[in-house]
Amino acid sequence: MRTRRAAVTGAVTLSVVFAATACGGGTAGGSGGSDSQPKTLTYWATNQGPSLEADKKVLQPELEKFEKQTGIKVKLEVIPWSDLLNRILTATTSGQGPDVLNIGNTWSASLQSTGALLPWDEKNFGAIGGKDRFVGSALGSTGAPGKDPAAVPLYSMAYALYYNKKMFAEAGIAKPPTTWAEVDAAGRKLSRDGKWGIGVEGSNLSNNIHQVFVLGKQHGADFFTPDGKPDFTSEGAVAAVKQYVDLMAASKIVAPGNAEYAQNQSLSDFAKNRTGMVLWQTPSQTFAAQGMKPEEWGVVPAPVASGTPGQGAQTNSMVAGINISVFKNTRNLDGALKFVKFMTGDEEQILLNKTYGSVPPVKTAQADPAFATDSLAVIRDTLATSASALPQVPEESQFETVVGTAVKELFADAAAGRPVTAESVRAKLDKAQQQMPKK
Amino acid sequence: MTQTAVPRRSERAVREAVPGGAPAPRRSGRRRIALPYLLLFPALVLELLVHLVPMLMGIGMSFKELTQFFIRDWSAAPWAGLDNYTVSVDFDAPVGRALLTSFVTTCLFTLASVALCWLLGTAAAVFLQENFRGRGILRTLFLVPYALPVYAAVITWAFMFQRDNGLINHVLHDQLGLGDTPLFWLIGDNSFWALLTVSVWKGWPFAFLTVMAGLQNVPRDMYEAAALDGAGVWKQIRHITLPSLRQVNQVLVLVLFLWTFNDFNTPFVLFGKAAPEAADLISLHIYQSSFQTWNFGTGSAMSVLLLLFLLLVTGGYLLLTTRGRKASDG
Repeated sequence: MRTRRAAVTGAVTLSVVFAATACGGGTAGGSGGSDSQPKTLTYWATNQGPSLEADKKVLQPELEKFEKQTGIKVKLEVIPWSDLLNRILTATTSGQGPDVLNIGNTWSASLQSTGALLPWDEKNFGAIGGKDRFVGSALGSTGAPGKDPAAVPLYSMAYALYYNKKMFAEAGIAKPPTTWAEVDAAGRKLSRDGKWGIGVEGSNLSNNIHQVFVLGKQHGADFFTPDGKPDFTSEGAVAAVKQYVDLMAASKIVAPGNAEYAQNQSLSDFAKNRTGMVLWQTPSQTFAAQGMKPEEWGVVPAPVASGTPGQGAQTNSMVAGINISVFKNTRNLDGALKFVKFMTGDEEQILLNKTYGSVPPVKTAQADPAFATDSLAVIRDTLATSASALPQVPEESQFETVVGTAVKELFADAAAGRPVTAESVRAKLDKAQQQMPKK
Repeated sequence: MTQTAVPRRSERAVREAVPGGAPAPRRSGRRRIALPYLLLFPALVLELLVHLVPMLMGIGMSFKELTQFFIRDWSAAPWAGLDNYTVSVDFDAPVGRALLTSFVTTCLFTLASVALCWLLGTAAAVFLQENFRGRGILRTLFLVPYALPVYAAVITWAFMFQRDNGLINHVLHDQLGLGDTPLFWLIGDNSFWALLTVSVWKGWPFAFLTVMAGLQNVPRDMYEAAALDGAGVWKQIRHITLPSLRQVNQVLVLVLFLWTFNDFNTPFVLFGKAAPEAADLISLHIYQSSFQTWNFGTGSAMSVLLLLFLLLVTGGYLLLTTRGRKASDG
């Protein structure tokens, strides 16, 4: 009888425990940290270096430094880009997220709209030294206009044109291109003997968006109306997408195989002297990991239609970068703010941005001589004068998916030798627009 | 001590039989009836939590205008009525048209994959029925795809299918000289064949294993008698093996159908978040509608439609096969 009673008790207890575990809220940070016991924080970092392990090696000593200063232990997880958005979304839904996390700056407004991230009002900014410490262009990618930012800039980047000096010399090209016409001409000279002019990542949705957004600016298109509605089929948007895909379809200066690239294979081709140019953000670490020496490549501002880069039609880059955010339901707000202050402090900004080859969004750190090199000067100038933030609308993330997919499909058509016309581009963009959530 | 304190079963029976002790047997009887239900309780709770509650929540979400604005508290999302269903089945508009294309692709893919898996699995099982040298090694080798982790296996296939550096094109184009240019397998129309190849490679060992287990129950003397009557291998397969495997095959085909129709891992790992149109299986399509474009309401409606379709097909299939079995038994 006792055995039976024990079995029944066990069964019911087990079910109650399971039910409680599944339905209960648990600790918000998942770290056990709280304002009353601020001993730990969980931090999700983005993959900045050549591998997740490389990132851990860079960040772990800094986190230990933070622990020594504050007594707060930071549990680090480096999340691959392919998983990050879904992980954040899951954390948002369940409330079981990290305390502090990195986000791609283009997602700021989308993630802000979920209400999961801590708003950076004057008080919160005050806790990390004030808003004025940050460069204006970087602050432009931290959330929707008119609202308190959902994030703080951490690493700033911009697109530039990287060229392979050896291949340029072999093709007899005296100076790196600065306009699209010059890119086309140089690309045609480079595209021979199994080598190609410029590399693209045709299956990488985000990269596709970055490129067509900039080209859209050059054609006077924004992809969203001023009141935030999708506007993917404007003349400028169609022209921008067609111009980008035509690098493969019409100019034939992109290898057809690039249509299936999504894992930075174009950088590998560049480092192996198979591709003469790439449009990229801060690839120096990856080049080095591929065995390419700094003197083997050069960098110039990303091309414009004509003249020199600037604002409006002369925009030649999106404001790329990484932001740092705090999960609103963290139980260790004080510790999280201290951590953000630490990561955006001058010392860490100089060290981390130098390591990752990016530019600090913090003005005082940016003045450090480490960021005065030729290649970083190009990025810094681009950010200061000719870069625009991607649309800061809640639907930005969906825009990346649907338009990025449309561009991917058009590259697949081009690679297969199917014609890419204004009509086929418009049809793809129209389909993309209709897939956007209705407001 | 414990042993003396607990009455033995026989003692208890005697005491319960004593007149005047009537309430005790009733309590005991109630307990006996309740016990199985109490023991089932944890499984029931888990089943509710893992399957039923999410399913009911999903059905609820399909009637909501659920986007990222309400993802933290989906119950607060505005009521959408049948809008999500209307959008999903409006085949003149891009969303419905894309869903229909994906559905047709999935049906074709499932039919082809299940048929090939079953054929290969059955052929291999019949082949390995005979005892010969090396049979054990072959059996082990045939099960390797089933034993490998799906992610690792499919990512390896993705490398092999790469146009410029992949093994498939190296063999087909560089070594065998097939085609003027190397083919694309991970984008464009050929992606369907790439996906089918991986799906069959991954799925046929299960068919092999199941059919092989089924064959263990077929008496050997039936084959011997048939052989004595002059039946050849094909006649033996047709008149003994296949009828004997009927019930096994009914379950096998159903399971393979459900797994293949719902397969998410293979296309996701092979193509990433956005599969080419030719290989846009419905599970990945719904994932993209839900988690990439954050149309959770529409994605839920699509899931409910898929569930209804699978219930209909499964119910119809079971009805047909049960009737067929009864008819043949009768």
